[in-house]
Amino acid sequence: MNIVVLVKQVPDTWSERKLTDADHTLDREAADAVLDEINERAVEEALRIKEAQGGEVTVVSMGPDRATDAIRKALSMGADKAVHVSDEALHGSDAVQTARVLAKAIGTVEGYDLILAGNEATDGRAGAVPAMIAELLGLPQLTQARKVSFDGSTVTVERETEEGLTTVQASLPAVVSVTEKINEPRYPSFKGIMAAKKKPVNTVTVADLGIDAGEVGLAGALTTVLEAAPKPPRTAGERVEDDGTGGTKIAEYLVGQKLI
Amino acid sequence: MSEVLVLVDHTDGEAKKVTFELLSAARRLGEPAAVVVGAPGTAAKLRDALARHGAAKVYAAESDEATNVLVTPKVDALATLAERVSPAAVLVPSTLEGKEVAGRLAVRIGGGLLVEAVDVVADGGDVVVTQSVFGGSYVVKAKATKGTPVISVRPGSIDVEPAEGAAAEESVELPALDAAKHGRITDRQPVVGGDRPELTEASVVVSGGRGVGSAENFEIVEKLADALGAAVGASRAAVDSGYYPHQFQVGQTGKTVSPQLYIALGISGAIQHRAGMQTSKTIVAVNKDPEAPIFEIADFGVVGDLFKVAPQLTEEVTKRKG
Repeated sequence: MNIVVLVKQVPDTWSERKLTDADHTLDREAADAVLDEINERAVEEALRIKEAQGGEVTVVSMGPDRATDAIRKALSMGADKAVHVSDEALHGSDAVQTARVLAKAIGTVEGYDLILAGNEATDGRAGAVPAMIAELLGLPQLTQARKVSFDGSTVTVERETEEGLTTVQASLPAVVSVTEKINEPRYPSFKGIMAAKKKPVNTVTVADLGIDAGEVGLAGALTTVLEAAPKPPRTAGERVEDDGTGGTKIAEYLVGQKLI
Repeated sequence: MSEVLVLVDHTDGEAKKVTFELLSAARRLGEPAAVVVGAPGTAAKLRDALARHGAAKVYAAESDEATNVLVTPKVDALATLAERVSPAAVLVPSTLEGKEVAGRLAVRIGGGLLVEAVDVVADGGDVVVTQSVFGGSYVVKAKATKGTPVISVRPGSIDVEPAEGAAAEESVELPALDAAKHGRITDRQPVVGGDRPELTEASVVVSGGRGVGSAENFEIVEKLADALGAAVGASRAAVDSGYYPHQFQVGQTGKTVSPQLYIALGISGAIQHRAGMQTSKTIVAVNKDPEAPIFEIADFGVVGDLFKVAPQLTEEVTKRKG
C-alpha cells in the first residue's frame, strides 16, 4: 500500500509561542521548532501498515526551509521519500489555502492508496485540514481515528470524539487522521538517521504545483487578523497555607464570588 | 436582515447547550436560522427548544442516510442553504466534528474559515470574531475578507440569552451521496458519562493531577465534582500515569475548557496544562508545593494536602446546598 503522510513543523508547546507584531503571523524565531508530536504517530502508523503490507511511504509537508528538519525526522523514522512545498509566497496562508496547496502536493505523488495525517496541529488547531483535503480530493474522510484496520480495499477506523466511539468504513483511497491514542511512535535509530540523509526530498514551489502565487499567503487569504495582543498574564490571586481550614476557606471564597 | 445559519448540535433530537449559545451569538449578527441534520422527525423534536432560544427558522435536513454518513450530510445541508439564503455567517460548534464540518464547508463555498471563536460581534457590515490562540496566551481579532464567514465557536464561551423565535420549519433536501466518497458509520458507542456534564460544556470543572496519586484516589476528585455538579478532568500527567481515562484530559493535547470555575487538585500547572484551561473565568488550586506554577494563575490558592482540603470543601459545598 502506498501511503502519503502529512507532517507539519510547529513551535514546541513547551516553549513560549509568539505572534509577530508586523503581520500577526507565527513568530518562527521565538520558539523551538519541532515535528508536531501527533505527526510522529501518523508516520508510525504509516510505517506499521507498510511493514505489514509493503508499499512506499511519502512524506508531504508545507513550510519554510527549516521545515526540512521535521521532514528529515520523519524520514529517519523510516519513511521513504518526501515532497516539501516551500515558497515565500506561502507566508501567512490560512487553513483553506493550506489545504488547497497540500491537496495539489499530494496530487504529485503517484498511485497513493491512503493519506494519513495527525488529527490536529498544536499551533493552528483548526483540526480540519485532513477533512478539507478529503473535500478537495473527493475522497472518504475517516478522521479522529484511534485504530485503523484494513480488509482488502476497505479501511475501517474507530473514530473517537466527544460523542463517543463510532466505527467508520470506506473504500480506498481515503483520508485518515489519527489521534494521540493510535500508537507509540518509534525513535529514529542511528542507522535511520544516516539513511535519511540520502533519501530524496523533492522541494517544490507553488508555481510547480500550478498554483498562482496570488492565491496563497497573506494577500490571497480569505480571512484577516485585525489585531493580536498577548493576553495580559493572569495575576496570582489570594493564596493561603492550609491550617486545617483550607477547604472551608475555598468554600467561603466561592460563596463570595457567587459561584456556589 | 440576513439570516445566520446555526448548525444544531444534538444527540437524537436533544439539543446541546452549545446550540443555544450559537443561537444567542447569531442574534447579534442577524436572523438566527437553526439547521437540523438528522433522522426524519428530529427537527420536530427540537423545534420548541430552538424557538425558546430565538430561532426564527428551523431548517430540517432529514434522511436516514444523514445519520449513517460521517460529516458530509451536515456540509451538504449548510452548503445548500448558504447558496439559497446568502447568510451573514455560518456558526458551528467548535467540537471535533464541528470543526471538520466548518473546514469542509469553507472549502466548498469559498468562505473564510475562523476557528475556535470565543466571541462574535457585528462591526459595521463585518462579522468580527475573537480567538484565543496558543492556549489562551494571545487574543486575536479576525474577520473573513472574502465569501461567507464560516465560524466555529468554542462551547461555553457565549452566554445563553433566551428569546422567542417563530421557528418556522422548512425542509431542505439533501443531495444523493456517492458511496465511494464517504465514510459510512457501521457502529456507535456513545460516551457513557453517567450524570456528570460533558467536560467542554460544563460550567464547573474539577481536575486532578499527578498529586492525586492513584486511580482509586480519583474518587476524591469525583466526589467534589458531584457536590458541585461539575465535570471531572485530569492533567496529562494523571492520564499518562493511568489514573484517569484519556477522554478527560485537559490541556494542549487534550480538551480545552473555559468554565466559570476550574478547580485544580494536585496539578502543578505545566504550560501544556495551562493551555487547556487558563481561559477559565475563576481558577482555584490546591497543591502541596508552594512553588507550583498553577498558583501564578489561580484566583484562589491553598498550599496544602489535597486529601485534607478537597474532602473538607466537598463537605462544605454539600452543607451549603442543604
